[in-house]
Amino acid sequence: MSQLIWNGLFVGSFYALVALGYTMVYGVMKLLNFAHGDLYMLGAFTGFAVLGAAGGVPPGMALPALLGVLVVTMAVTGLAGVALERVAYRPLRAAPRLSLLITAVGASFALEYGMRAVAGAEPRVYPVRLGGSAAEVLGARITVQQIALVVVAVLLMTGLNLLVTRTREGRAMRAIALDPRTSALMGINVDAVISRTFFLGSALAGAAGVMAGAYYGKIDFLMGFLIGLKAFTAAVIGGIGNIPGTMLGGLLLGLLESFGTWWLGGQWRDVFAFGVLILFLTVRPTGLLGERVTERV
Amino acid sequence: MSAGARTRGPGTRLGRAVSRLLDSGWAGLTGLAAALLAPFVIATPYALSIMTSAAVFVMLASGLNIVVGFCGLLDLGYVAFFAAGAYTAGVLSTRFGLPLLATVPAVIAVTVVAGVVIGAPTLRLRSDYLAIVTLGFGEIIRITAGNLSVTGGPSGIYGIPGLVDGPVAFYYLTVVVVSLAVAGASRLGRSRLGRAWRFVREDEDAAEAMGVHTYRVKLAAYVAGAVWGGLAGVLFAAQLSAISPGSFTFLRSALVLMAVVLGGMGSTPGVVAGAIVISLLPEVLRDLADYQFFAFGVLLIVVMLVRPQGLWPHRSREAAP
Repeated sequence: MSQLIWNGLFVGSFYALVALGYTMVYGVMKLLNFAHGDLYMLGAFTGFAVLGAAGGVPPGMALPALLGVLVVTMAVTGLAGVALERVAYRPLRAAPRLSLLITAVGASFALEYGMRAVAGAEPRVYPVRLGGSAAEVLGARITVQQIALVVVAVLLMTGLNLLVTRTREGRAMRAIALDPRTSALMGINVDAVISRTFFLGSALAGAAGVMAGAYYGKIDFLMGFLIGLKAFTAAVIGGIGNIPGTMLGGLLLGLLESFGTWWLGGQWRDVFAFGVLILFLTVRPTGLLGERVTERV
Repeated sequence: MSAGARTRGPGTRLGRAVSRLLDSGWAGLTGLAAALLAPFVIATPYALSIMTSAAVFVMLASGLNIVVGFCGLLDLGYVAFFAAGAYTAGVLSTRFGLPLLATVPAVIAVTVVAGVVIGAPTLRLRSDYLAIVTLGFGEIIRITAGNLSVTGGPSGIYGIPGLVDGPVAFYYLTVVVVSLAVAGASRLGRSRLGRAWRFVREDEDAAEAMGVHTYRVKLAAYVAGAVWGGLAGVLFAAQLSAISPGSFTFLRSALVLMAVVLGGMGSTPGVVAGAIVISLLPEVLRDLADYQFFAFGVLLIVVMLVRPQGLWPHRSREAAP
């Protein structure tokens, strides 16, 4: 039982990290960035390339090395997110929503198969593997590495929350989320803030990608597809556009999946998660913490 | 839209003539004649199977065109209906020994129900939600088909009976069915309901204000698309006689969407041409298989940036000068 809860929270913190990018971009642009899951994949591969270029990692140094790689990867995926926004989304901001969604699908496709052309279709094995010793806490097997990853995830999320609620930059983001036109009139450089939002969201996705690669040990070019869907589900459960709600949604989805797997068996896990998504959209489309938004004409 | 098309329209007399020819009904008849004459030119079993697959793909694209092109709803899990049709036909014909033709009413019923189940909760929401829920639905159907024993699990169903004897006869049957489907979709698009679809696509709030029951109209488009997809699935099952979850991945949904967007959303000849190009291109560019999907993705972005109306756009009759 406590094992199920711990597993759920652990997976849920990954979901939350990826879902935050979705939520932030949705908040400022009202766009579902389908390529978000693929930025996660890009992060995993960037981490893989950096670790490969650095040569071997001495045993015992795995965690510090990984933290260094994390920073580099976050910078790379962040910039990739900025480039994506600049090339594929910004020119279409005034276009019908359908065009924007279609470019997002195109971007996702291009990232996936571009990576396949570069890195090959075979799954790659991560050079650093966080396995390690387990401790029993309240009847659950917990490894030090799991705790480390959860701590990193929590730190990143707290940092983000502080940034959005306490800083000038965060205030600009919230203003744009409310009304981009008025924000521009108030002297906010809307394009620049949207760019930086993409940077932050994509960097978080990249961090999650490296962590997943190091934990699960295997990466492939389609790994972002499923987690993108899951992260969206998490964002919807918590209330898309709402940052604390999204974190809650991620953890909740992790728990639901963990219990769903135990109840129905592993092969039904994804079906269960998407079933929850459809149920939530039917019963409470604004999510747990989301506010009811009326669309203005 | 119409003003843009007029100013950007062809200026030369030849250009105007070509454009008039493309807009007239002759394009469809010429295409049909070409499809019917093709087996006289090349009739190897391989070529026939490629052409049959292309025809089935055209049917999928014309079904998705109802949803995406006419009504402006992005469906990213269209393959789910294709799978639902193929599996319903496959299960009923192999487990219960029905002839394939007798499964068609069941296929229509199943796809209508599936369309309502997915469409009813999501069509009330913003269009982006529909896109991602359909994506999830596509995965649900594929995973479920791989888990259940009645659908044969990961290895799927085999030994599905054919509709007619011989590949040539089946090719002609497919061409006839697909032409009817394409013509039907096009007629639907020009009906009263079709005008409501275009109105919803252009401005949903205005449509609502003018008394269009937007929710019902959108659901109608979604369900019509579902039925088209399901019937294409029956043809697919009959052609291959074996189906497995691997045939119904997101990749196929994305390729169908690509055909619709590339050809021109809402334009019947454009979508048919787009579907033929997308389905035959892998045969021509086999050496570039690794880069092909990458190129498709880039192409989607470029088309949206440069020519969002597609390569062969729809010109509305009401707005003709």
